[in-house]
Amino acid sequence: MSLIAITEVKKRFGDVEVLKGINLDVERGEVVAIIGKSGSGKSTLLRCVNGLEMIDDGSIMVAGAQLINDDLHLKALRLKVGMIFQQFNLFPHLSAGRNVMLSQMVVKKTPAGEAEAMARRMLERVGLGHKFDAYPDQLSGGQQQRVAIARALSMQPMALLCDEITSALDPELVNEVLAVVKELAADGMTLMMVTHEMRFAREVCDRVVFMHQGRVHEIGPPEEVFGNPSTPELRQFLGAQLVV
Amino acid sequence: MMTFTLWDILRNLLLAARWTVVLSLVSFIGGGLLGMALLYLRIGKARAGRMFVQGYVELFQGTPLLMQLFLAFFGLGLFGIDVPAWLAAGLALILWTAAFLVEIWRGCVESVARGQWEASASLGMGYVQQMRYVILPQAVRVAVPPTVGFSVQVVKGTALTSIIGFVELSKAGTVVTNATFEPFTVYGLVALIYFALCWPLSKSSQILERKLNVAHRNH
Repeated sequence: MSLIAITEVKKRFGDVEVLKGINLDVERGEVVAIIGKSGSGKSTLLRCVNGLEMIDDGSIMVAGAQLINDDLHLKALRLKVGMIFQQFNLFPHLSAGRNVMLSQMVVKKTPAGEAEAMARRMLERVGLGHKFDAYPDQLSGGQQQRVAIARALSMQPMALLCDEITSALDPELVNEVLAVVKELAADGMTLMMVTHEMRFAREVCDRVVFMHQGRVHEIGPPEEVFGNPSTPELRQFLGAQLVV
Repeated sequence: MMTFTLWDILRNLLLAARWTVVLSLVSFIGGGLLGMALLYLRIGKARAGRMFVQGYVELFQGTPLLMQLFLAFFGLGLFGIDVPAWLAAGLALILWTAAFLVEIWRGCVESVARGQWEASASLGMGYVQQMRYVILPQAVRVAVPPTVGFSVQVVKGTALTSIIGFVELSKAGTVVTNATFEPFTVYGLVALIYFALCWPLSKSSQILERKLNVAHRNH
């Protein structure tokens, strides 16, 4: 069975139908990139998988946890799948280490000593072991995003959702974050990422999903999607990317 | 005719100023506690609680403090309840202070970026945990300067209680004027004492604002 099963998902904001029946299965260890124009619904889809948005129809299952709008189900779902945001969203009043420790202690009731050891391991893993005591405003954007990754990893999720995690970074900081993501992929982490980094998607991902107007318009391995796009919309989208 | 030295006047005013200080403290602390309880309802999930607090705030912010004092003092008297001036003054000021503090604090809670809610939710935290560990610690930093600043309004608000006969600084000013026939000297001193109480508060509000901003500069 797939780790993430998205079935006939529909979502509307007021009169606008943002997701018009999405079907997508992600296997354990698979890395899936979601590309598409802004407004195509790719971020919304990702946010639904983490329960930050509720769906109007269909179902989302992550390793047996279903998206249902009550605290218990949402917590169970979120323990299976972590999320990383465009704006990092580190807690500014806590040091990097505390950022990584907090949810372990509060949500999983991990004792402080264990949580700290885990935090140090995870910060080490993203190359920031020496920044344990630094506050978010003392870190660069790239470093903040890596702390955010460590924070999500410390909850030991089965999958990670990455919502345009390099879009708010200065160009020279993008690679340090992508390098961490690449390592995660190599370690077998299941990843669903909305991204504008086409080269990265091509290199690292197992499958690429092209979304257009609230639907999965095209899906396949990167060689196929990038090398031989079968719909004019995808060709146009990729063409626009090349110009940029 | 009896003559009064400046010291006589000042001494009496200072003695009365104690009551201004006590009333200010009672109003601010009582209003703060009530404000916290109201804040809990105001930002909570229950619609009825939110509506209630909103109505409460509109009522107390939409009417003059003086009317609230009159109502507390004379209104309860209509029902045969004999309300001493100090009780009416304290009660009205606590209710009034709470109405302003709850709105100040609500703004502070809402000023915490939405991403903080989302990030903490995505890590599996529930509402109470999010509030306790993520949102309130940040909101408190934002809230300190305006809260201290508002305490100045409370101190000045106590002056109105002189009208229902509570003897604090302003009332003492009137009494002393009636005895000395030196209104300019007396009210000048009254104003100076108020200033001596309020200025350190507004100054510390400014200093706190600068301090907390520096600690927070990149957010």
